[in-house]
Amino acid sequence: MSKSYIGKSIRRLEDKRFLTGTGKYIDDVKLPGMASMAILRSPHAHAFITKIDMKSARAMEGVIDVFCANDLEDELPEIPLRLAPFTDFQRFLQKPLANKKVRYVGEPVAVVVAEDRYIAEDALELICLEVEPLPAIVTVQDSLKGETLIHDAAGENIGTQYSVSRGDVEAAFKGAFYTRREHFRTNRHGAVPLETRGLIAEVEPTKPLLRLHGATKVNFFNRRHLAEAFNLPESSVELIETDVGGGFGVRGELYPEDYLVPIASYRSGRPVKWIEDRRENLSATNHSRDITCEMEIAATADGNILGMRASVQGDMGAYIRTNGGVVPSKAAQFLPGPYRVPSFACDVQFLITNKTPVGTFRGPGRFEANFCRERMMDLMADDLNIDPAVLRHRNLLTPEELPYRIGELVPGDPDATLDKGDYPSALDRLLTECRYSDWIDKQDPSDGKLRSMGIACFIESSAAGPPESASITVLSTGDIEVRTGASSVGQGTETGLAQICAEYLDIEIERVEVSHGSTTLVKTGGGTFHSRNTVMAGNATRIAAKKVKEKAKELAALRWNCHPTELTYENGEVCKSPDRFTLQELATFAETRGDILSADAIFDNEKKLSYSYGAHAAQIALDITTGLVKVERYWLTEEIGRALNPAMIQGQAVGGVIQGLGGTFLDHFIYDDDGQLLTGSFADYLLPTSSELPEITAIALENFPSELNPMGFKGAGEGGIVAVAAAVGNAIARALKPYNISINELPLTPDRLREALRGAESLK
Amino acid sequence: MSERLKISLNVNNDTHACEIDARMTLADCLREKLDLTGTHLGCEHGVCGACTVLADGVSIRSCLIFAVQAQGMKITTVEGLAKDGELSPLQEAFHDNHALQCGFCTPGMLTTAEALLTENPAPTRREVESAISGNICRCTGYISIVDAIIDAAERRRQGPP
Ligand code: FES
Ligand code: FES
Repeated sequence: MSKSYIGKSIRRLEDKRFLTGTGKYIDDVKLPGMASMAILRSPHAHAFITKIDMKSARAMEGVIDVFCANDLEDELPEIPLRLAPFTDFQRFLQKPLANKKVRYVGEPVAVVVAEDRYIAEDALELICLEVEPLPAIVTVQDSLKGETLIHDAAGENIGTQYSVSRGDVEAAFKGAFYTRREHFRTNRHGAVPLETRGLIAEVEPTKPLLRLHGATKVNFFNRRHLAEAFNLPESSVELIETDVGGGFGVRGELYPEDYLVPIASYRSGRPVKWIEDRRENLSATNHSRDITCEMEIAATADGNILGMRASVQGDMGAYIRTNGGVVPSKAAQFLPGPYRVPSFACDVQFLITNKTPVGTFRGPGRFEANFCRERMMDLMADDLNIDPAVLRHRNLLTPEELPYRIGELVPGDPDATLDKGDYPSALDRLLTECRYSDWIDKQDPSDGKLRSMGIACFIESSAAGPPESASITVLSTGDIEVRTGASSVGQGTETGLAQICAEYLDIEIERVEVSHGSTTLVKTGGGTFHSRNTVMAGNATRIAAKKVKEKAKELAALRWNCHPTELTYENGEVCKSPDRFTLQELATFAETRGDILSADAIFDNEKKLSYSYGAHAAQIALDITTGLVKVERYWLTEEIGRALNPAMIQGQAVGGVIQGLGGTFLDHFIYDDDGQLLTGSFADYLLPTSSELPEITAIALENFPSELNPMGFKGAGEGGIVAVAAAVGNAIARALKPYNISINELPLTPDRLREALRGAESLK
Repeated sequence: MSERLKISLNVNNDTHACEIDARMTLADCLREKLDLTGTHLGCEHGVCGACTVLADGVSIRSCLIFAVQAQGMKITTVEGLAKDGELSPLQEAFHDNHALQCGFCTPGMLTTAEALLTENPAPTRREVESAISGNICRCTGYISIVDAIIDAAERRRQGPP
């Protein structure tokens, strides 16, 4: 093959429009006659609605429509479960508008449609919401007590609970030389993409058509459910993807607004736009991570793990949304991680509280599990006086032990198996990179800083879910069009798929144009989540390209009146020496025959997951007086099977690390005892900025191509974030070892560390 | 409703006349009235920097000032950075250094960097980090953006003015 794109750091095809301000994000889309929508959200965490007075709002000039649940003739549908859909959750599904009761601050109560957004927001102020307040449940402990029920009909606040296990954990603990028990907590935070959510709905008065702009992630799933909700055939619902300002798990799920915007459009007969503002975003878009984990480990005197048992409690917020029980259930499943854990048992509880519902955020459950397990590994290393790296080496699964069946650790999920790989070598590479064996923790009296290094290992699954589609068409202009059902959330999907298409068709990448996501492009699609785009859509694109080549040969064979097997394909041309036809010529020829030079393909990995794996290391400096931690250097290795575009992979890794540092130190949704969200702006909800950047070394390993897809890819979108709190937490705990301060709870804010340091000093 | 006003704005070297409510922010005016949607809104309360534009060469947050206040200023938005369809050295450097993913922060990063490089043609990494510390990017982790700005400074020093 002469043109080679796979494995190269091709500059991104999507950049030009973003650099010149000509991208089309949802708020950039304007339709004739479009009205603006704004949502009145509950300012109360838990209350009965006694009255909603909308009279003055309706009377305001420029207001087109104002409605609440009572104004709607049809019963509002429930937002469905998409993932981890445990049956008990059916009792806790959300309807797009609160009816009779509000259950979290931010829950939609009423909708205003107006000529512009300024007027719509003014009108919100005129709506008078009267309530009878109820006690707010803001902790999992209070939720469990069940003294106040959030969903009366459910009869309890427990969304669901289950126990999973493998091996004989009781026996393992009984005879063990060493056991330890700890309580961990990963705080509530979330994805918070820079672009808030937004949607535009259009309906056609004369024919059944609902068009929703601003869709992304899982458009075909969403279309199915919206069609059902609006009583339309699926073919009458179009979900149109725009440019998207970051996803990280939260964008593109079905939310109340995905129903409210179409309803507003139906009622007003106009296209309706809704753009979430940041305050709404922080209380209306899924939160994540909120987990507590009581964990015990049993081991031999040499530190060989005999068993683990745990109980995981997830604070699910007020409703179970589309992501179902993913976060706590994955936290439980990933607790044993990359280690040989002969026996494991875990109880998992999903508790309903008066907070914003939770969903997935990059590395859902993994970030949490890694923090708990890797902290425990370090505690055990200290207790047994074994070096943390040596301890990990003793317990990592070896290449000979893989594939390794981890069992059915999520009810309803197929039996899971870790695929082939070499975990110890990924750790070794990390240790070499960070010069682990030369490192000595130190206290530097000159600047009052404690310096130390922490490490952590991880595994990460990728490419779950339904098959993915791709179609390739050669246009008579010579341009090549790739369409896929996969979405882009800003990670470079267009470039990646163009690389694959150009490589297999042996053509210049500039000729390839990739369209993605919208339901109007292909018949079906899986979507973008779980680091699956490159694996799923990439392999589908490869198959489609191969089919296009075959079809090109068939067309050429017709022209030359020969058999396709006599022909060869190279350089974007079909050859029968010395003659050749370009793809463009063949596309034109196809057209004259009423045909097109194109092919569709589906790639299905039969839901078999490929696991990436690796290790992180953090070197920190902790200021004893202020409690401020500076991460000075960061290293990570991740086995990704095969790199499609190294620069984009580097971008995913570095972006993931910084996002993870946010989750470790800053990002925090804080609620008071009344269930009020105290972090409702970017002044209170802190995100990482460029002011404290560590030097990051991210190494993508390509030693074990996945055997589960022909191109050998493993997902690479989440390895950067998943072990950050774990590695940094271990580094901080190491620095604070003389003070005996436990690092079991995120976020590790300077306040907390400073207070702990003062407490420890006063005990001395 | 607030008072209607006729204003005239100088944006990217063009004069635009429009009629707006007195309370309309500059960002909304650029996006809604002038259809310059390259200026993005990430927070609308002055923290994220996505809405940064240049006013007489200085970077300002267009969500924090009213359009009427921008009269008499020379406003440059991201749409005004490329000359005759050619990416500027700064834009090129972003492209070459993979300094963007979703692109939502990019206009604000570019305008902030443009102001920095005009004032300080040879900034250190620290200075770049501090200049963009008021611009949030959720995707890249910033490092490639800092690389790009350092690279752009170099290109500007070498290339034609
Ligand atoms: S939108 Fe202006 S600073 Fe965020
Ligand atoms: S590239 Fe997405 S926010 Fe910066």
